[in-house]
Amino acid sequence: MSRRGRDEDPDRLYTLTRGRSRASATFDLVTLVVSESEPVPGMQSEHRRILRLCRYPTAVVELAADLGLPVTIVRIMLSDLLDQGLISARHPRTSAGRADGLPDSQLLEQVLVGLRNL
Amino acid sequence: MDSATSDRPAVRSHLGSQASNGLKIVIVGGFGVGKTTMVRSVSDIRPLNTEEIMTRAGQEVDDLTGVTGKTSTTVAFDFGRISLNEKTVLYLFGAPGQERFWFLWDRLFSGTLGAVVLVDTRRLQDSWYAIDRLEHHGTPFVVARNDFGGPAHTHEQIRDALDLPADVPMIDCDARSRASSKSVLIELVTHLYRLSTAREGARAGAPGAVG
Ligand SMILES: Nc1nc2c(ncn2[C@@H]2O[C@H](COP(=O)(O)OP(=O)(O)OP(=O)(O)O)[C@@H](O)[C@H]2O)c(=O)[nH]1
Ligand SMILES: [Mg+2]
Repeated sequence: MSRRGRDEDPDRLYTLTRGRSRASATFDLVTLVVSESEPVPGMQSEHRRILRLCRYPTAVVELAADLGLPVTIVRIMLSDLLDQGLISARHPRTSAGRADGLPDSQLLEQVLVGLRNL
Repeated sequence: MDSATSDRPAVRSHLGSQASNGLKIVIVGGFGVGKTTMVRSVSDIRPLNTEEIMTRAGQEVDDLTGVTGKTSTTVAFDFGRISLNEKTVLYLFGAPGQERFWFLWDRLFSGTLGAVVLVDTRRLQDSWYAIDRLEHHGTPFVVARNDFGGPAHTHEQIRDALDLPADVPMIDCDARSRASSKSVLIELVTHLYRLSTAREGARAGAPGAVG
């Protein structure tokens, strides 16, 4: 089995990212991406796919898995879409600026309730 | 072995439109210790697999010029998803088991709530490095002993072998069981909750508020 991305041709990656070499925004692995626009003809096919996949919130890792592309490449494409206002990004919130980096206990309580209800 | 996956449709369900906060828990441990099995047991979706390109120094590659260079390496990992409520969704990551990837964990999974260290009592030493990395990085974790029918060490013996501080919870589990995997996650989050409220109490100067 050969997955796309792993042995992806660098030229192809360059095309996908429209020549951009780095992401202009930060996307966590679990940043949830939502389309703000329907795909339009003429758009690059991966961009159209992303917009379709993100009609409902979809994490960056899920997009990477669906597109069969490394997260790195997906991040660059997402920055591009974000800059054009075609998507919005919901970033993870865990600690409301706590210096110790620990998650808020209120959030953890919600997580516990959710897990117990599984 | 009961198949926890058979009830899941081939087409994966999407998150609700209100979903806004993605959280991470990472499952680490030696090669073949049951990480993917645990993700599969508790996930709402069939586990997915993806990959990230990292530099040898453990940085994510954010510059495509580095993608083709000898200094970058591709790390594959799998993950699952649990919707906790309308807004909150938990992603579970199975870290790559091969030792040559371990130096990448901290960066790859930065911002994680905490970690589950899976251990197989036949190969306890396989988890030493994982525990070192988590301690070094200050990531809270619990240890789950996945029962492969290995020697029946007591928890004390395992603690000794792993040089584990007394405040790190240890629990027995069967990664193939949904209920058992779920209780491992609850153990971890309860541990995090304890740590978090203790700090909040200390900060507020009100130890009585710790609970
Ligand atoms: N007896 C027993 N077998 C288990 C248990 N958990 C997992 N296994 C089996 O162990 C094997 C390896 O499990 P995986 O989940 O693939 O392990 P892993 O940690 O993801 O492996 P790598 O990603 O390759 O490091 C599989 O055949 C599982 O069915 C357990 O609790 N008891
Ligand atoms: Mg695995």
